[in-house]
Amino acid sequence: MKKLILDLILKKNIRLNEQVHLLIFSSEQSLPKILPGQFVQVKIDDSPATFLRRPFSVNFVDGENNELWLLIQIVGAGTLKLSETFPGASVNMILPLGNSFTFPYKKDEKILLVGGGSGIAPLLFWGSYLRKADFNPEFLIGARSRAYLVELEEFEKYGKVFITTEDGSKGEKGFVTDHSIFKERKFDRIYSCGPTPMMKAVGAYAIKNNTFCEVSLENTMGCGIGACLCCVTDTTAGRVCVCTEGTVFNIAKLKW
Amino acid sequence: MVDLKVDIGKLHLKNPVMTASGTFGYGMEYSDFIDISRIGGIIVKGTTLRKREGNPYPRMKETAFGMLNAVGLQNKGVDYFIEHIYPQLTNVDTNIIVNVSGSTIDEYVKTAEKLNYLEKIPAIELNISCPNVKEGGMLFGTSCTAANEVVDKVRRVYKNVLIVKLSPNVTDISEIAKAVEDAGADAISLINTVLGMAIDAETRKPCLSTVTGGLSGPAIKPLALRMVWETARAVKIPVIGMGGIMNAADAIEFMLAGASAVEVGTANFIDPTVTIKIIEGIEDYLCRHGFSSVSEIVGALETL
Repeated sequence: MKKLILDLILKKNIRLNEQVHLLIFSSEQSLPKILPGQFVQVKIDDSPATFLRRPFSVNFVDGENNELWLLIQIVGAGTLKLSETFPGASVNMILPLGNSFTFPYKKDEKILLVGGGSGIAPLLFWGSYLRKADFNPEFLIGARSRAYLVELEEFEKYGKVFITTEDGSKGEKGFVTDHSIFKERKFDRIYSCGPTPMMKAVGAYAIKNNTFCEVSLENTMGCGIGACLCCVTDTTAGRVCVCTEGTVFNIAKLKW
Repeated sequence: MVDLKVDIGKLHLKNPVMTASGTFGYGMEYSDFIDISRIGGIIVKGTTLRKREGNPYPRMKETAFGMLNAVGLQNKGVDYFIEHIYPQLTNVDTNIIVNVSGSTIDEYVKTAEKLNYLEKIPAIELNISCPNVKEGGMLFGTSCTAANEVVDKVRRVYKNVLIVKLSPNVTDISEIAKAVEDAGADAISLINTVLGMAIDAETRKPCLSTVTGGLSGPAIKPLALRMVWETARAVKIPVIGMGGIMNAADAIEFMLAGASAVEVGTANFIDPTVTIKIIEGIEDYLCRHGFSSVSEIVGALETL
């Protein structure tokens, strides 16, 4: 897939909670084909603290309206600056980058997408994609508390949504892997994105139950195109770049 | 039309802009964005005799106007390069230069020797300045005796253009430069990254798995410029300048300080098309100032 450098226009900046913003961009020229799990490298205007580009998973692509959604959690100077961007601003991105989630084979496969925090970002796009291809994905979303659950109504468009919160303020109390769904049901495929401890727990469940499982990693990146060799992770194939060999990895290939 | 051609000894560049090792992969990584043949020279990722996994993650930390890296020369080894990567590069219509590193003199010599036989590799850049490996690397570049010895040994086996990349982590870079020139280097490139460090106060831990790493980016440009100026005055062989070049003005400053050519590094991560913009910007500068050849601005720094 040819990578492009594009200036996108910010259409909407929606504050979902104190930490998370949904940024909806549009492009004058039609967006290239982007697959679920892929990411973009966003340039944040020159300031001492935002020197390098910032990688973000694609949250959703609205092909009809030529829109690209990014879900931004404010964690540092770059994300703070992005969250303060006004609609109408032009934002430079390199896209599409990285690999994508692997398609299931059969329409009746039991598919669970497990997301935590802002790690739910690529799972909305993947869920919508699966639904459009006549699969029936289900979602399990975890957060600290009710206030940190975002985009639930969007996920509900594409499948049943199960919820856990650490304080029990919505859904079942505990971590995603504590959810009763894992005791009651078996899945053919699990896809996960979120904090590393969460993905490790989901991965451990998948390995124990011999279930196909892919996770999307979020390592610190320099270039995003496989040149700087900074974002490496250890796999059965050696130390590889997350930006080009991932960000999606089969759990069996990761040396976790 | 202005003449952008420069010669680094027997190495002919169509323009003075090259890419710094470790920031441009093997060139192919950037071919979606630009015609890489337009670049004066592509210096590919640091290559060692044997495969290296590099340092564990985390190996990069963004800093003010720069970044620290501790990649540690991750590469698949010179034989893999010759068998699998080199054949893909022979169609690229520019100079492909291999950056060579080692832990011992013997490793440098053996690696250089193997590259001698590749028709489309007109030069190597001997990296005696990597701050991110436990053995060798920068140790060779921080002592005049060691620098002279490794360059001398490689010079005996390597017949094409030999560029030696110097470390800024020394007291007097002109002394190292002279030692390298005496040993028969055809050109000197500088600077490699500046040894630095970052700490996460919240966790009270270092940001890099190796604790220290190499600082690059515009944060180091004034230091690089000074060292290029000092070196160009100390040696007769051509000097290739680098360190925080982000645009054409930066590149021109290095040439005015005495560099015959420049390498662009970290800027490639932020703007994959930056090399082309710099080439065009240099051309524009030469036109605006009435120069007919880029060689006219090399060392053309005037006094106040």
